[in-house]
Amino acid sequence: MILYILCFILLLVGLYGVLTKKDLIKIILSLSIMGYAANLFLILFAYKNDAIFPILSESAVQEAMVDPLPQALVLTSIVIELGITAMLVALAVRLYQKYKTFDITKIRSLSG
Amino acid sequence: MILPYFIIIPLLAAFLITLFSREKDYWSITVSTIASATMLVLSIVCFITLKGETFIYNLSGWKIPFTICLVRDSLSCFMIVIIQLISFTSLLFSVNYIRHISSSWKYYSLFMFLVAGMNGVVSTGDIFNLFVFMEIALFAAYALVSYGGKAFEFEAAFKYAVIGSISSTLILVGIGITYSATSSLTLAHIAQVLPQKPDILVWVGVLFLVGFGIKAAIMPFHAWLPDAHSSAPAPISSMLSGVLIKALGIYVLIRLFFNVFGAPPVFMNIFMVLGAASIIIASFLAIGQWDMKRLLAYSSISQIGFILLALGISTKLAILGAVFHIFNHAIFKSLLFYNAGSIEMAIGTRDLREMGNLKSVLPVTYSTSLIGTLSVSGLPPFNGFFSKLIIIVACVQAGYITYATIAIIGSLLTLAYFLKVQRYAFHGDKLFDVSEKSIGGGMKFAMLFLALLCVVTGVLLIPALRQSMLDPIVDTIFNKTEYIKLVLGSL
Repeated sequence: MILYILCFILLLVGLYGVLTKKDLIKIILSLSIMGYAANLFLILFAYKNDAIFPILSESAVQEAMVDPLPQALVLTSIVIELGITAMLVALAVRLYQKYKTFDITKIRSLSG
Repeated sequence: MILPYFIIIPLLAAFLITLFSREKDYWSITVSTIASATMLVLSIVCFITLKGETFIYNLSGWKIPFTICLVRDSLSCFMIVIIQLISFTSLLFSVNYIRHISSSWKYYSLFMFLVAGMNGVVSTGDIFNLFVFMEIALFAAYALVSYGGKAFEFEAAFKYAVIGSISSTLILVGIGITYSATSSLTLAHIAQVLPQKPDILVWVGVLFLVGFGIKAAIMPFHAWLPDAHSSAPAPISSMLSGVLIKALGIYVLIRLFFNVFGAPPVFMNIFMVLGAASIIIASFLAIGQWDMKRLLAYSSISQIGFILLALGISTKLAILGAVFHIFNHAIFKSLLFYNAGSIEMAIGTRDLREMGNLKSVLPVTYSTSLIGTLSVSGLPPFNGFFSKLIIIVACVQAGYITYATIAIIGSLLTLAYFLKVQRYAFHGDKLFDVSEKSIGGGMKFAMLFLALLCVVTGVLLIPALRQSMLDPIVDTIFNKTEYIKLVLGSL
């Protein structure tokens, strides 16, 4: 249980960072932290104490195995997050070229 | 077997465009138009030949618990028809409009990814596969919003991407909890197990409601929409407002909360409250706008509110109204965004205060936008009138007089802010030395085609047509447990 609570705190840390930080790069880092927390959640759901890796072999038939499906999901979601992070960094670079700053309080041509 | 082609064709087109394009954009225009037209014809065939049945396509030859499946039922076919219709007209509109910004193949390639992602979302029967397709569509959308390369477009795209990533993370956590409770990712299996565990259903429901609510831009989660939809190029605005918020937001909410969770009453009440709030607050915000596309974006939030309110009432009549309003909103909101785009291309501004008397110089834009305006504000005999009437009558029949009043006030406010557009943009005494020749034939055709649809789609409510077109969709949504039987039964 303590693991789930710590993982939830990690998610909240990421969310706090996204909502309060003023720097574009710090916002991107906070989003990554949120993503890691979500991935960790998926891995924790599949985890079992004293279980082995889910590869069938002669010697391993008797023992408990962890669920491999969430691990496959996490791999997919890591790839998606990599893409999104690259996209966000590219946008941040272009924003810096246009506004000469990473500070979101100075980047506000849209409002209302 | 027809369903995988809606994912294969756009992905293949995007690949071919990327592979063979030179500096000119003729190849990319040809490939994407052919792909889009083919899919439009296929989608209509797909919808007409369905006759209320459900087909399953198992990917990679495994049986259902071990595979990802595509589900072809009336609701997904209906959404596919809308997506192809709007994407085809958007492509025709893009040909001239995008050359204004830059003639590059990248636009058409990203556009095809957007279509592939949305087709995947509405046709899949697997919740994690839905997440992956949703990310494909969103990724293309982030890039397309910033396509113009101006400072405010990057700002809007960054905001959209940050808020979109937060909601995707919440959805991923929701999928994790669902999997841990049901040991399955197939929607039909989840629908069998999850309603028996009400405490987990509340957790998952809240996570999905917030996650997909952000995608659908319902009222407390709408902050990204006015920026993103007003900054994007006009054909992309119409794709985002016309179909993206419905395919990723409303469709998934319908599929999850009706077919999978079995329409729990507590969430139906939340739907109604959020829908009513969206209608009123977004209408008032729209009245104050001077940027034409921003006004249209706020209007989208308000119309999404109508759909959500009708879904929350969840009687048969209300769901008919919601389904019909999804279709109508896609048509007239895309039309109005095309109008805004052609005005922006002709005189170079989106600010209503700098326009005036455009009816004499842009006659096609003027006449089509008049039809769009009358349709969105719900005046007979245009299609918007019928769907709003059905929603209001359904409110009264179900005994929600307050919500019916809110819907009527929202409809009147819609008329008010669209009359503002008509008054400032098309009437007045400014003189512009432009002619409609600068607007290409594809743009005119797209506008006229959608205006024609605005006039004629009211006939879908004639009982004979309604029974064959709209009623199967309503039945799919309304018969909550039927989905499980249909999907798992047709193995």
